[in-house]
Amino acid sequence: MKYAFSFLAVIALILIAGLGSQIPGMHYLFGVAIPYLAIMLFVGGFVYRIIQWAKSPVPFSIPTTCGQAASLDFIKQDKLDCPTKTSEVVARMFLEVFLFRSLFRNTKSEIHDGPKLTYESSKWLWVFGLLFHYSFLVIVIRHMRLFIEPIPRWLTAIEGVDAMLQIGAPTLYLSSITLLIGLLFLFARRLMNRQVRYISLNNDYFPLVLIFAIAVTGILMRYFLRTDIDIINIKNLAMGLVTFSPVIGAKIGAIFYIHLFLVSILLAYFPFSKLMHMGGVFMSPTRNMANDSRAKRHINPWNDPNIKPHSYAGYEDEFREFMVEAGIPVEKELPAAKDEV
Amino acid sequence: MAVPKLEQLSKSVVQGPSLATGAVPTKEWMDVQAIFKPGNYAYPAKVEKVEYLNSQKDLNFPNAREWSPEDDDWKLPEGWQEIILKGLRERLDKFRSLKIFMDCCVRCGACADKCHFFLGTGDPKNMPVLRAELLRSVYRNEFTLGGKILGKMAGGREMTIGVLKEWFMYSYQCTECRRCSVFCPYGIDTAEVTMMLRELLHLVGVGINWILEPASNSNRTGNHMGLQPHTFKDNVDFLAEDIENLTGVKITPSFNRKGAEVLFITPSADVFADPGLYTAMGYLLLFEHIGLDYTWSTYASEGGNFGLFTNNELMKKLNGKMYAEAKRLGVKYIIGGECGHMWRVIHQYMDTMNGPADFLEVPKSPITGTTFNNAVSTKMVHISEFTADLIRNNKLKLDKSRNAHVKATFHDSCNPARAMGLLDEPRYILDHVVDWVEMPENTIREKTFCCGSGTGLNTDEIMELRMRAGLPRANAVKHVIDKHDVNTLSTVCAIDRATLTSLMNYWNPGCKVCGVTELVGNALVMDGENRQELDEGLRTLV
Amino acid sequence: MYNKGTIIPGLIIFVLFVTFPIWFNGFKAGTPPKPELPPGGEKKCVESVEYMRANHMQLLDEWRDNVLRDGNRSVVTVEGKDYRKGLQMACMQCHSNKEKFCDSCHTYAAVNPYCWDCHLSPKEAASKEETR
Repeated sequence: MKYAFSFLAVIALILIAGLGSQIPGMHYLFGVAIPYLAIMLFVGGFVYRIIQWAKSPVPFSIPTTCGQAASLDFIKQDKLDCPTKTSEVVARMFLEVFLFRSLFRNTKSEIHDGPKLTYESSKWLWVFGLLFHYSFLVIVIRHMRLFIEPIPRWLTAIEGVDAMLQIGAPTLYLSSITLLIGLLFLFARRLMNRQVRYISLNNDYFPLVLIFAIAVTGILMRYFLRTDIDIINIKNLAMGLVTFSPVIGAKIGAIFYIHLFLVSILLAYFPFSKLMHMGGVFMSPTRNMANDSRAKRHINPWNDPNIKPHSYAGYEDEFREFMVEAGIPVEKELPAAKDEV
Repeated sequence: MAVPKLEQLSKSVVQGPSLATGAVPTKEWMDVQAIFKPGNYAYPAKVEKVEYLNSQKDLNFPNAREWSPEDDDWKLPEGWQEIILKGLRERLDKFRSLKIFMDCCVRCGACADKCHFFLGTGDPKNMPVLRAELLRSVYRNEFTLGGKILGKMAGGREMTIGVLKEWFMYSYQCTECRRCSVFCPYGIDTAEVTMMLRELLHLVGVGINWILEPASNSNRTGNHMGLQPHTFKDNVDFLAEDIENLTGVKITPSFNRKGAEVLFITPSADVFADPGLYTAMGYLLLFEHIGLDYTWSTYASEGGNFGLFTNNELMKKLNGKMYAEAKRLGVKYIIGGECGHMWRVIHQYMDTMNGPADFLEVPKSPITGTTFNNAVSTKMVHISEFTADLIRNNKLKLDKSRNAHVKATFHDSCNPARAMGLLDEPRYILDHVVDWVEMPENTIREKTFCCGSGTGLNTDEIMELRMRAGLPRANAVKHVIDKHDVNTLSTVCAIDRATLTSLMNYWNPGCKVCGVTELVGNALVMDGENRQELDEGLRTLV
Repeated sequence: MYNKGTIIPGLIIFVLFVTFPIWFNGFKAGTPPKPELPPGGEKKCVESVEYMRANHMQLLDEWRDNVLRDGNRSVVTVEGKDYRKGLQMACMQCHSNKEKFCDSCHTYAAVNPYCWDCHLSPKEAASKEETR
């Protein structure tokens, strides 16, 4: 029942923001202070975590080679999966970060009578993973309209595409729907795939539920609970925040404060959780290194030059007699036997 | 430890109540204890082996003692928790991979059914993600903000004796094959996690004999088998005699010879144990065929490196012999034989640990003139690279019909496949010497399945585990046996030659295991040969 | 710290992305729009100011459906005044300047209603009338 805890936690957060923001004078706490604190924790925490990682060296060159290495000139190298040049590594990383290439390989194995093992291509996690992440990205970009002035054309264009179905008013965004679909799949998979269910922790359910709640409050605010949701007021607040002169003019509905509070929680939670995979994916040594360790010496800063092999001299001293007898060359001949003189 | 009958095990892997077959454990994994009973653990290291290693300069193998995993009391040193946690802290500071792999996992489960140990045993803790969680839970508890504040709620747990026992059980049910890391969206490599777990366990004197004994042998005698110089030479000479009996070609290999152009190093199992012997005969024939100026070494008589399965210091110390001997003998470069983990060490660690090898020359084939540009720094060439180049330049007289008795398939060994990218060189060689077919797509190349007994796990007392872990590989071989009448499983790994033989005898009786160079040796047409009718190639009894 | 050469630029890019609104705006919040009140001095609307600010788009959407899809052209009567359901027929009778009323907020909030795919603003309507 680990997921139940996450629901309770998110419900508690919603209540805190919903009720708290209605107390006179608390607007500034929920609308200004907490968002500032959250973004500082996010940026500061993120940078801190990356630097903490960077403080440890990568002692060995350990790329996972997923294709033919560069070797003889008549053997065709798989440049993407076994890169040697920096440009090839960049290409491999690009596909990894932007298209989740490793996940694309996913298979599902089954054991049948016989025994007979089968491995079938299984791309669902890849499809819905991409759907979720890209929907989230589009939504984040879309929200920039509230934080900048004047609004550049590319932003309007992205929004136009997202709203191209022209359903309802305000117009329905595709990304809202696809984000929810992605989240529901990921959540259902955690509950229904027996392996994933067994390994899932609170740490896995909580961000899913939190993001789900963020999406739902956003949708409710845009389409259903519009009382006191005047976009101009909200943009004034957002613009004030990013120009360090925040003002809260007219009254803004509680749903807005709930939405903003949940986003703040997500930002603050981010650097201290598994969500740091966003930074980590760039730094994974099995993916971001070139497979050239025999052509170019990789340096390990803590390599201990004092560690020497058991010496040949020591070896010969122990076995010299046998070696001489077997006709194996030695560095030092046997001492002449006394009776031979 | 009797191994279950084939029918029993065949049923058990399909119907046995396990996470792989559909049963969901009722207890949370943190509440399930590791229980040791005969057959599910490898024997602890002998006191004298641990003491020997600990006595060596720069090595740390403390707490030598008699103990058994079945006992409640593992006789751990005073303050062992602090030793472990301090060791973990040090390793977090030394290996970025460890930090990232501890922090980035999202538990998506893509790795879960990629592990051969999980597929064969169905034990949830053999899912790579859960194997890593065994360490990650302790890491979170001690080193992360969330874990320190929320403890178990954030997936953390205390370092207890139960946790340590779990570490021992499951870090020795992982062969560091890296298959999971191919599928992980962040490239999390369980091999790195297993290595760290094993290093930490050695800090408190928990290790297995099947690794520490070969490692101490290798330190002292130069090879895992513990062959002393004269015995090593005798073994190779016997192989040369066998060749003379079979083909009429007289070969006189040299040992520790200064001034040779090339030093040749291969796993000692090749000169000692069936069926590696035939691969070694292949090397002898091949080098004789092209008139290579090379020498064997008795001091550096081991290609493999069981140090890789213990800790970094021992790996470095054992590996150091290769360059030391190459320097002493004054050779130009080194050729390495067929071996999996040996090549992981050479390809990804050797130059970093024991280089730069500036006393050697850039490897250049004296026969074809080809420069091995991929090895210009390490100066060590894989025998398959060397052979493929010879074939490409028509320097070998090959008669494929001499392998008419063989219908082969090819097993990619984990390390050459996923830690080196040596995939097509052996295939190129096979194309020219034998009739062969590939196994199914998801079981070869970077997706190859481990033999199930690598990283020092090919010991008899855990035979059932090995047969279970090897099932995915054996099953893929069975597929091509049924479909294409394959009778030989070829490979470029010495551990494979030993372990796959047991595996085939169990799951696919009748299927032989051989090295690729054995098949080359079979097919070579030697100058001045006086060859008998060899209907089983080099294995023919005369 | 190791690999500074790639990690520090990476972090800078990250921070630039996250702080995009700060440096894009250059600390200038700009002036919030002040939509022009009806030039004719009309004070009454079909709903309260607060309601209209938050919900006018939903009201218009409903009217559009009523009229075009359901053929319901009933008149809305508020405080004795009749309004015909329609952007041009009701709203723009008072709010006659599209640029100074509608667009001032819509541009600020990057809202692109598709009203004007079909409707004409009073100005456009007038110029069309002239060229006829």
